[in-house]
Amino acid sequence: MNVLDQFEKAQMKQDLPEIRIGDKVRVSLKIVEGARQRSQIFEGVVIARHRGNNRESITVRKQSYAVGVERVFPLHAPNVETIEVVSHAKVRRAKLYYLRERRGKAARLKEIRF
Amino acid sequence: MIKGILGKKLGMSQIFNEQGEMIPVTLIQAGPCFVMQKKLKDRDGYEAIQLGFDPKKQQRVNSPLKGHQDKAGKGYFYNLREMKCDDLESLEVGQEIKVSDIFEKGEIIKVSGISKGKGFAGVTKRHNFGGLPGSHGSKIHRATGSIGCSADPSRVVRGKRMPGHMGNRKVTVKGLEVVEVKAEENLIAVKGAVPGAKGQVIVLKKQEV
Repeated sequence: MNVLDQFEKAQMKQDLPEIRIGDKVRVSLKIVEGARQRSQIFEGVVIARHRGNNRESITVRKQSYAVGVERVFPLHAPNVETIEVVSHAKVRRAKLYYLRERRGKAARLKEIRF
Repeated sequence: MIKGILGKKLGMSQIFNEQGEMIPVTLIQAGPCFVMQKKLKDRDGYEAIQLGFDPKKQQRVNSPLKGHQDKAGKGYFYNLREMKCDDLESLEVGQEIKVSDIFEKGEIIKVSGISKGKGFAGVTKRHNFGGLPGSHGSKIHRATGSIGCSADPSRVVRGKRMPGHMGNRKVTVKGLEVVEVKAEENLIAVKGAVPGAKGQVIVLKKQEV
């Protein structure tokens, strides 16, 4: 393993759940407002995952008041507190960007039990 | 104290700081370097330390360099380079210099290296010229255009920016912040990019105020 790889691996979180594309996840984000600190929950579908040691990130999409909202979370960032996998879905692609063009019922994914 | 050290660019990555912000960093294998020779005022006319970096096998060293490097007795190196030093007395020939002795976290430094070669480049790429119209019947797009006047002065002004070789020259970047120093591994991470490709030998120096 080269030195750069080791440097990156040393900063990775060890307690991340196994996240798959199409999973519904609940991400808890730490937000600092001045001296106060609170957690914000973002729940949605994982539509993309960008690999790369401690640079790894996921794109989570949700509908908020009929508006599509996407957020990119760096998985190893300290302000990403916890990631909870709510459910899995049957998907056939690594990137679910086609969901952006779908609305309502067409934007559903078939859930799989585990 | 010695003013800098030699290193090798390993590549770029990112780390998160205490505030949780993502910082882009370049990781550099800096040292270990060895003092190969002292340049003295009365003998050489100036004061400096010659550093050796990146060990080399004995069979690859030619005999003049072998004789020179044998004086330090620390093996042979690919890179020998002089570095300024405040107090020559504090260093011995053959002494090891570590990156953690020179730089600390939060310090602002400057980094020099040989930039990536771009070959023969036109003015759009080389000098950031705006270029010529892309459409409306224009048949030239990235050409140089006019390079000056006519019969008076009948020549092109000196220093006119034109196409030519780009890159593959020494570039110094100032004002880079040291984000992390790892003493055991001889690693240093600086914020932002440094010149050159991965594996490029670079010089890290203290930024004189």
